[in-house]
Amino acid sequence: MGLIDSANPLSDKMIQVLDHEGNFVRPALAAKWDDKTLREIYENMVFLRMADQKLISLQRQGRSGSYPSIEGHEACQIGSSLAIKKTDWIFPAFRELAICYMQGMELEKIFLYWMGNEWGSNAAANVFPVSITVGGHPLHATGYAWALKLQKKPDITVSYFGDGATSTGDFYEAMNFAGVLKIPTIFFCQNNQWAISTPCSKQTAAKTLAQKALACGIPGIQVDGNDIFAVYAVMSEASERARKGLGATLIEAVTYRFGNHTTADDAKKYRPQKEVDAMRKFDPMLRLRLLLQKKNAWDEKFEKEVIARSEEKVRAAVEKAEGFPKPKPKEIFDYLYEKLTPALEEQKAYLLNHLKTYCSTP
Amino acid sequence: MALLTIAEALNQALLQEMTNDNRVMILGEDVGQDGGVFRITDGLLQKFGEERVADTPISESGIVGAAIGLAAAGMRPVAEIQFDGFVYPAFDQLICHAARMRNRSRGKYSCPIVVRFPYSGGVRALEHHSESMEVLYIHTPGLKVVCPSTPYDAKGLLIAAIRCPDPVIFMEPKRLYRSLKEDVPEESYEIPLGQARVMIEGTDATVIAWGSMVPIALKAQASFAKENVSLEIIDLRTLSPLDTETILNSVKKTGRCVVIQEGPRTCGLAAEISALIMEKALFDLKSPVERVTGFDVIPPLLQAEDFNIPDDKRLIAGIRKVLA
Ligand SMILES: Cc1ncc(C[n+]2csc(CCOP(=O)(O)OP(=O)(O)O)c2C)c(N)n1
Ligand SMILES: [Mg+2]
Repeated sequence: MGLIDSANPLSDKMIQVLDHEGNFVRPALAAKWDDKTLREIYENMVFLRMADQKLISLQRQGRSGSYPSIEGHEACQIGSSLAIKKTDWIFPAFRELAICYMQGMELEKIFLYWMGNEWGSNAAANVFPVSITVGGHPLHATGYAWALKLQKKPDITVSYFGDGATSTGDFYEAMNFAGVLKIPTIFFCQNNQWAISTPCSKQTAAKTLAQKALACGIPGIQVDGNDIFAVYAVMSEASERARKGLGATLIEAVTYRFGNHTTADDAKKYRPQKEVDAMRKFDPMLRLRLLLQKKNAWDEKFEKEVIARSEEKVRAAVEKAEGFPKPKPKEIFDYLYEKLTPALEEQKAYLLNHLKTYCSTP
Repeated sequence: MALLTIAEALNQALLQEMTNDNRVMILGEDVGQDGGVFRITDGLLQKFGEERVADTPISESGIVGAAIGLAAAGMRPVAEIQFDGFVYPAFDQLICHAARMRNRSRGKYSCPIVVRFPYSGGVRALEHHSESMEVLYIHTPGLKVVCPSTPYDAKGLLIAAIRCPDPVIFMEPKRLYRSLKEDVPEESYEIPLGQARVMIEGTDATVIAWGSMVPIALKAQASFAKENVSLEIIDLRTLSPLDTETILNSVKKTGRCVVIQEGPRTCGLAAEISALIMEKALFDLKSPVERVTGFDVIPPLLQAEDFNIPDDKRLIAGIRKVLA
């Protein structure tokens, strides 16, 4: 305990544990992960980055829709996932492939969603559907956690969102509710410096995003989002606080969006390549590999094995997602309400009859 | 004259209005360096600077609310909302304030803003990027609603909207942004709000369309022409106020009418038009008015999107029904 209680987001430097060259700068805060665990974490990073790149190439080949890459966000999402439980509830925005997977969503379901099928949002994990609209879902996480508190359940909720989302009214309203009602939720902001073409400096005149928590009476803390040890340390504390009844925390994880905003975007139009190149040395995956190398726990052979295993898992997920039955026309009506309304009944009958008569579609 | 797409025509309209009137300014998400995600404001930042082309924080309520203040103080803000599905956070500002300023103050204040956004589906986009909810704005007293379907109209209507002393919702059919080109005069011109256009004259039935559905109406017209059935095609262009005269004159002439609408069926503009015809031209009708519409469903994700959007097959079936 202590990092969050003593945090001053107006003046603190962001919390860092492992620097970008793979040296521990605050060893006391470092999780006691053994080499085997570290190698597993690294493997997940490689694997999820490959899954991410796969969705980009599927989109290019017309096999999937627009997709927002998570490249660069792996430490934020994997690190925060390791600090919570599978029974906790996740409320993602859209750039959240890794956290959804880590919390138990099957990769094929995640793929299916981006391929444009609603069944991709129907998974067994405690993960809410992707929220494409910016800023609204932290309120859902707040409400859900409110209920968990009322029901005396031990679980917490976490909403994930970007720097841009902190400009919305709903974001403040969620923090304000959470503050007033002492709600066991965590607001996890991945500040990747950009909201499409808008740099964070045009999003707010505040020095940090973490300080936005102060006005709502909850703690805010800035952490190096490319440092999985730092993310884990801060997230562990926030989650413990929430479970102990101490209420919500805003975590601003400072990271970088290496890719385009989505496959429909061309960042060259507004962002100098020089900036991206300069940020490469802060890549969260690189940092972990440097640490493994220092510990003699990484070599080319291991890397090749990791890539081979990951490729196979990604391939299998694509196959399953593409093999998922295509939606039937009736489905667009069947899930609007618990029971079909008379108007929908009529419209459905019309469409099915029309397709049979004119389009020979089932 | 130059052959322009709708996207280019809109860009030209903005450029000319900003050149002619230094009160005109643009605000919205990614409208500056990026030129908007559909590039409608491309090049305007370079020409007019950050004061007149303002990238805003992500806050639709902020964009529209600030535009109301800017307009009241004498500016002519053109607000861009990035997609149809992202207007909703601004509804309090639009419905409770923009639409009411004039009436509330008995004319002391007015609200000459334009709120532009791309609408319509069919581009294989993500959720919230494919909506056709014009009826929400039409149903709001105090707002005008414009929806062009051609490059020529897009330019003239946007200029008229910017010059309009009242708040205008300007809906741009995104799937037509770059799908067709047309000769557009270089000089600035207005197409008066509130006037529909008879695109093709005909005698056997009237087809009423707007925005994204107009090309489908034209396709159906061409196909019926081969069977010597003469359809009259009306592009509404302005959805509020509605040009009831053009609609009624046409229906009185043809005696048959089909309205095609991309948005959900219940309480859509097609329903309003059908009620209008029932009230004012019932005894001229040879068959009931037919509506071909989207269903009362959430726009499906891309794999099922086509099941919902009316196409030429559905329109042709509807037209056959009124001709029978
Ligand atoms: C309410 C709303 N307005 C606009 C958009 C369009 N939009 C999609 S993502 C995005 C930028 C989001 O930036 P940020 O919150 O930093 O998240 P990031 O994309 O960087 O992960 C915008 C403006 C939207 N999805 N929702
Ligand atoms: Mg961002």
